[in-house]
Amino acid sequence: MNTKLISKMVMSGALLMMAISANAGGGSGVAPVNNTLYAEECGTCHFAYQPGLLPERSWRKLMAGLDDHFDENAELDEVDRLKLENYLVTYAGDHSNYKRSKKLMRSIRNGDAPLRITMIPYLKKEHREVPKDVLKNEKIRSLSNCDVCHRTAQKGDFEERGIDIPGYGKWED
Amino acid sequence: MKKLVLMLSTVVLSLAINMQAQAGNVETLQSEYQAAGAGNFSASNGEKMWVKNNLDKKSGKQRNCQTCHGKVLTQSGKHARTGKVIEPLARSVNSERLTDIKFMKKWLKRNCKWTIGRECSAQEKGDFLEYLKGQ
Ligand code: HEC
Ligand code: HEC
Ligand code: HEC
Repeated sequence: MNTKLISKMVMSGALLMMAISANAGGGSGVAPVNNTLYAEECGTCHFAYQPGLLPERSWRKLMAGLDDHFDENAELDEVDRLKLENYLVTYAGDHSNYKRSKKLMRSIRNGDAPLRITMIPYLKKEHREVPKDVLKNEKIRSLSNCDVCHRTAQKGDFEERGIDIPGYGKWED
Repeated sequence: MKKLVLMLSTVVLSLAINMQAQAGNVETLQSEYQAAGAGNFSASNGEKMWVKNNLDKKSGKQRNCQTCHGKVLTQSGKHARTGKVIEPLARSVNSERLTDIKFMKKWLKRNCKWTIGRECSAQEKGDFLEYLKGQ
């Protein structure tokens, strides 16, 4: 076996991958939020979910119904609404090269436009092991509050080593 | 020299007007409501509406402004659904309160619809602000 050739191939393969991901702005998590209007407007009532967590069609649907937003009123004036819809659509999961976005998007059936990130099949599966009773904790309340358990969620990082559940502790498989 | 002073004061004045237009205080918003037909504002009417219960048909639960802002305005409240902390509304402990017209308009619209089930009139909004101003 020619080990030199193999290592050369591995090397160039790795470089190629790095180049592709750098070129497309990809990474291992989801792209962090980089828009202050979004962080302010969509981060008042809950964690400012990264655009890469839902596909374009979901964001369009969600942004068309802000007056009845999960039984909440999140209405915006039309100028801001359009700005935010543009931002979400541009960085939506189905236009992202981040690894986590790709996994999330792949699990959604064609044509489905879930409004809840927590209902995406891939996430439902990942969260199966979350003990149900931790959601009764006042600090957690619901799976929608990503950053309460995923301490590195703001950076777009949902890796297991960043998980620390209030009243339960660090997550170790 | 006179010319320079004149120029400078014009600049300062237009800057001031500009800032007013961007942020603007609660009095400016209240006069806007008066221009839209409201009369004098009453803090006690504002307070009555603040604590008045409204039944939400869908959830079967009573709602009022305290549901999220809490019973004591100098203390922080908690969003009824998400549990996220809402900083105190009282200006006596939070100087950032009631300083941005766009912000006030946005939340009065949302909170009236959510709490009372409809948009508030110019009079009601002005009364709410009159009550909050004194806290
Ligand atoms: C007035 C408060 C409020 C504002 C403002 C608001 N939301 Fe929400 N949002 C909620 C509530 C309440 C829920 C439901 C949370 C739950 O079920 O625990 C929610 C849920 C969501 C969910 C689903 C989360 C899940 O369960 O997977 C998404 C996505 C979302 N919001 C996006 C947005 C976006 C985008 C904006 C800005 C345009 C926004 N929200 C602004 C209150 C708000
Ligand atoms: C109650 C705490 C809790 C909340 C809230 C929560 N998660 Fe999780 N999440 C977990 C745990 C625990 C795991 C690991 C499950 C396992 O694999 O054993 C996990 C796993 C994940 C994974 C897979 C991580 C990996 O390394 O494979 C992703 C992605 C994720 N969560 C995203 C989210 C998002 C997005 C939200 C908000 C919409 C959220 N989570 C809310 C606890 C939580
Ligand atoms: C469902 C929760 C909720 C209820 C109920 C609610 N509010 Fe609010 N309110 C908020 C949130 C969230 C904010 C914005 C966050 C912040 O200001 O810290 C806010 C902000 C405001 C502001 C803006 C304050 C400022 O500094 O400019 C006013 C005014 C206000 N609310 C009035 C009311 C009135 C009047 C009622 C009752 C009709 C009411 N609220 C009921 C959640 C609520």
